[in-house]
Amino acid sequence: MSIPIYILKRLLAAIPTMVIISMISFFMMRYDFTIGPVDIPTGGGQAIHLMDAVRIKNPINPLAGIEGNPQISEAAKAHARHMMGLDQPMYVQYWRWVTNLFDFHPGQLARGSFAGFWTPSLGTTFSGEDVIDILIERGRNTLLLNVVVLMFSWLIAIPLGIHAALHWRSMTDRMMTVLAAVGMSFPSFVLALILAVFAVQTNLFPLGGLYSEHFASLNIFQKIIDVAQHLTLPAVVLTIGALASIQRQMRGNLLDVLAAEYVRTARAKGLPEHKVIYKHAVRTAINPLVTMMGYELAGLLGGAILVEKVLNYPGLGQLAYKAAIETDTNLVMATLMTAALLLIVGNLLADILLKVIDPRIELE
Amino acid sequence: MPVKQASNHNAQGSLELDMLRSVFKRIYKDRVTFISLIILVGLYVAIAVADILAPYSENWFDRSLAKAPPTPVYFLDENGSPSWPYVFRYERRFDPATFTQQYLPNTDQKYYLHFFVQGEPYRLFGMIPGNIHLFGVDKPGQISLLGNDINGRDIFSRMWFGGQVSLTIGFLALFVVFPIGMIYGGIAGYFGGRIDDLMMRFAEIIMSIPSFFLLISLAAILPPGLPSSQRFGLVVVILAFIGWAGISRVIRGMVLAIKREEFVESSRAIGLNAFWIIVRHILPQTTSYLLVALTLSVPGYILAESSLSFLGLGIQQPDASWGNMLQEAQDVSNIIERPLMLMPGFLIFLAVLSFNVVGDAVRDILDPKSALRR
Repeated sequence: MSIPIYILKRLLAAIPTMVIISMISFFMMRYDFTIGPVDIPTGGGQAIHLMDAVRIKNPINPLAGIEGNPQISEAAKAHARHMMGLDQPMYVQYWRWVTNLFDFHPGQLARGSFAGFWTPSLGTTFSGEDVIDILIERGRNTLLLNVVVLMFSWLIAIPLGIHAALHWRSMTDRMMTVLAAVGMSFPSFVLALILAVFAVQTNLFPLGGLYSEHFASLNIFQKIIDVAQHLTLPAVVLTIGALASIQRQMRGNLLDVLAAEYVRTARAKGLPEHKVIYKHAVRTAINPLVTMMGYELAGLLGGAILVEKVLNYPGLGQLAYKAAIETDTNLVMATLMTAALLLIVGNLLADILLKVIDPRIELE
Repeated sequence: MPVKQASNHNAQGSLELDMLRSVFKRIYKDRVTFISLIILVGLYVAIAVADILAPYSENWFDRSLAKAPPTPVYFLDENGSPSWPYVFRYERRFDPATFTQQYLPNTDQKYYLHFFVQGEPYRLFGMIPGNIHLFGVDKPGQISLLGNDINGRDIFSRMWFGGQVSLTIGFLALFVVFPIGMIYGGIAGYFGGRIDDLMMRFAEIIMSIPSFFLLISLAAILPPGLPSSQRFGLVVVILAFIGWAGISRVIRGMVLAIKREEFVESSRAIGLNAFWIIVRHILPQTTSYLLVALTLSVPGYILAESSLSFLGLGIQQPDASWGNMLQEAQDVSNIIERPLMLMPGFLIFLAVLSFNVVGDAVRDILDPKSALRR
């Protein structure tokens, strides 16, 4: 299967996934449901009572500011509710969300205007901002952070993994194993806190945000340096978290490959050692890591919530946290779906990359 | 026939016992793993007897000690000769020049450290009444080894009560996750075909949402003001909700292979119902995988709970958990003043590291192929 058709097929397959995620997140935020009571039967008609029934209900009404105001007439309140569709059943509300997203105007296309053809809307937040605008800005920042982290963690971890495998059970290998274990176990938010203290004490790096206040007045090189400075802290925290698992995986894969028959053959036919390792062994050992990249992305996106919160980085994670805290339905749906989409696209890219670097692999 | 079945069960039982025995033998031999195991046992014993270990109860507070630094323990008296350890009581002073409050020790009165002192009453394990604490000082003296938090509560004491939540919630979540994942995966794998397609499609959808995003959204819809026991239960449910899909997929893969074996065919031939075959005959074959997955997934749940509580979405104040004790640290100036308040973070690290090391060892023993990589 050629690559473009493969991409198209995978993207089509992602559509039902996105639909179901939007449904799950919508009904999760909107639907009143009751959990429990939970009892563990211990036999003989007796049971350990774990918890009572709990009614879960969206605690923040988007119209709370109006509903509580006695000076606003009932009719006006009802009108506001009607405008937001809050008087409609759940499925009608969901359907409104869907039709707003797929808002096509074929008439505009006939007039030759592509911009007017599709005007998607994901609704507004509680504070009245357009969800799509925020999402694009925050998503871009998160993408920037994740790309930087992925790049650095690979550039550092792969050579370290190769070195550890080639010097198996040497002093450096053992030290790296210990460091990797520490790196994998250190909670990212504690590391972020420690680095935040470091930043405040030494004043080396700015804390929070992506741009300085005088960003607009800088020239292009100063702008790049400014963004790089702001990126450093969150990127360092996330890179340290990602390094360990990649290094260990690379080391393990390479050790497996080095024991394979074809490596022995390559050595036996007199190839120089560096060719045996870098042309034969490393190329094969790296393949499973490419597949793993998708999962890494999931971990990065999740870990980024904490790091973005602690270091005040304006990314998708912080947006998702704010949305969840405020139970802002539109924003929660949008962030969950964007995160899932990033993950799906990341996995797709990893699969295509694998095909490019390893021609033996068949896309299906 | 019944006799044969019984002996068969015995054989299986002793096999599992052998497996466990070899696990422990290997762990004992490997020094790092053994130390990790000791640390884990130590942590669990400490949280079990938290009432005795902690000089104060979970919700004891003294407003006049809000944000007080750790109490220094003196081993030398004013002349420099060794003395029985003692502490001074802190007194809060407001410095009008710098607009800061300072805690200065009042050196008029020494309070000696006592072991096994009588203090606040408690119920050990929720049953045994007692009032003996491992150490303490006479009132109105006060000892807090790690300082006090913003409400004047003793961080050292709360650390052990917080551990009771943080170290058990992961296990409880596992007890919810594994049965669900096993049965879901078992059914999908056993029946195959359309049922399998549909069920696995749903699991994949759940897996395609980055789990921490789903976790915070779910935690945020919990109504505020729940009793703490209910909150605890619901956090367990939420943690479980994000974990089952991954397990079910692996189990399904294993079941696909196992169901072709003869013993499954024969149990189908004698007319056992499908559910019984899955639960009684197929799933037990996955035990060694499950044991490895179990130990390796505990740290993930410990981290998830502490992260959630750290964000204020998990266990709520006034209940302690290692995550929500660090909430105060979100204000960097607090860490600079009292760096020891990060101690719960260090315990999270210690517990997760030990679980990872022990988990790796268990995996190497049960899956010898992976041991080559060490």
